[in-house]
Amino acid sequence: MPVMNIKDFSFTYPGVDHPSLKNINMKIRKNKITALIGPSGCGKSTLLRSMNRIHDLYPGNKYDGIIELLKADTQKMENILDIKKENEFIQLRQRVGMIFQKPTPFPMSIFDNVAYGLKIAGIKDKSELEGRVEKALKDGALWKEVQDRLNKSAMGLSGGQQQRLCIARAVAVKPEVILFDEPTSALDPISTGAIEELLVELKKDVSIAIVTHNMQQASRISDYTAFMYLGDLIEFDKTENIFLNPKEKQTEDYITGRFG
Amino acid sequence: MEKIFRNLSLSSASLVFIILIGIFITLFLASKDAINEFGIGFITNPNWNKEISIEIDAKSSNETIKNSKVNEIEDFNLESDLFSDEDDIMIDDEDDIIIDEDDMLFNEDIKTTFTDYGALVPIVGTILTTLIALIFALPIAMGIAVFLSEIAPKNIAYPIGIAIELLAAIPSIIFGMWGLYYFAPIIADLVGGYQVSLLTAGLVLGVMILPFMAAITRDSMNTTPDVLKESAYAMGATKFEVIKDIIFPYSKVGIIGSIILALGRALGETMAVAFLIGSIFALPTAINSPTISIPVAMANNFGEASGLGESSLFYLALILFVISFTIISIAKLYFLKKAS
Repeated sequence: MPVMNIKDFSFTYPGVDHPSLKNINMKIRKNKITALIGPSGCGKSTLLRSMNRIHDLYPGNKYDGIIELLKADTQKMENILDIKKENEFIQLRQRVGMIFQKPTPFPMSIFDNVAYGLKIAGIKDKSELEGRVEKALKDGALWKEVQDRLNKSAMGLSGGQQQRLCIARAVAVKPEVILFDEPTSALDPISTGAIEELLVELKKDVSIAIVTHNMQQASRISDYTAFMYLGDLIEFDKTENIFLNPKEKQTEDYITGRFG
Repeated sequence: MEKIFRNLSLSSASLVFIILIGIFITLFLASKDAINEFGIGFITNPNWNKEISIEIDAKSSNETIKNSKVNEIEDFNLESDLFSDEDDIMIDDEDDIIIDEDDMLFNEDIKTTFTDYGALVPIVGTILTTLIALIFALPIAMGIAVFLSEIAPKNIAYPIGIAIELLAAIPSIIFGMWGLYYFAPIIADLVGGYQVSLLTAGLVLGVMILPFMAAITRDSMNTTPDVLKESAYAMGATKFEVIKDIIFPYSKVGIIGSIILALGRALGETMAVAFLIGSIFALPTAINSPTISIPVAMANNFGEASGLGESSLFYLALILFVISFTIISIAKLYFLKKAS
């Protein structure tokens, strides 16, 4: 079942004549990992950043088409491109979380980092906060390492730990979808392995879209893969189909390493 | 080559240190007379250039007077011996009379005057004007910085940024004149009291340090990585929450640095304050009463000062030096340590 449905979606950055994304049609399926691959500049990050409209922090972007998000309680799809009010943006971003290329711990303690999303969502009860922070840190596979230093600054963690902290922080607010924008590109292989395991674990609870440069990563963890090239979605299918018998020539060239 | 470069950079670095110590030593030497005379009590003494009549302790003063008299009498005797050998008796008589006269003269002189100097008024004036300036400028500077770095669109932020940097370039005497002729009457209308006062001087000082604080704070806010802000927005944070929870903590060091720089400037500002503070040696009784600050006291009195007065001015300078040095060191060590 799709949790997000992207239909005829085009996107144009401000001050640019031609669209950076052209007529994208794809689905993010519930409790699955969907990978977006393609060479640099193909628009995969642009597409990902459209899915929680983080683009709108900067003015002048142009959206065309429809991106639908499943509303959990009514089981109806809603077009997120219709959103105009700030409180609707806030709700959208609480439902669709995001993890960035570099770890982004906030300049505060480990506990406050994870509790941040909960606090701004209006949870004030201390014992509830503590319980949810602990649960999120366990979900983020970080609890054992940080349980005795929750009040220390998050800046003191290693890069891999910081990235897992960011994932725990995103998980804490119980989003429906989490978008990962090359989450392991700044990490060493061991930390990368830990994050990959974590993603596979996480998909029980959330749906995941991940942009990656690393094709092995896509083939290891994803259920669906989209191959993009120069703003077009070339092929979107189950991961084993993309990697074992791609229908398009361009996809085959890319995954066999002939370009990109 | 490597060595030359190393020594060159070392010597330029140590030059600053040498100048700093040199200034301290010259100030100390020049103020030595005043330090010996007034000691540490100088700081808490509210008098300045005040003639005080003092009663010299009777016994010790009589002794010194007698000693000096004996010498004078001997001199006199020698002279009189030379001139008039023949009438010795007369001279003896005269001697008696002269001693009597001398005693009378010295008795009047025992109630002598002594000029008293103390630093309390300028110290209080300096600290209060600086405090008023900071209280006034800090929130406005933060508002400007937040607006320029986060809220304003680029085409508005750019000209306002330039205007603020130009404000920093205006010489302080212009602020002084503007403050005296246009700003002071407005303040006097609003709060009452004198036009030249602690409040007027503090507010104009605040306007002067505003651009420094705003510009440095804006620059340090601009160093907050976009991705950090984006990840807070991606958690569902509002603009206000991002500014409060991410940008302020992230740029804390820069903000403290801007406050320190502004403090340094406000403590030592002379010209604009000289126009506006009133320049009278009296402790302020209210926020709108005139007083004086250390640099203004120095600038106004150097022309006529001599002797102990001049030395006292150097003592004042030493105090200002120590105040600024301490405040800036404390701020640097304490706050920066805390921030990082």
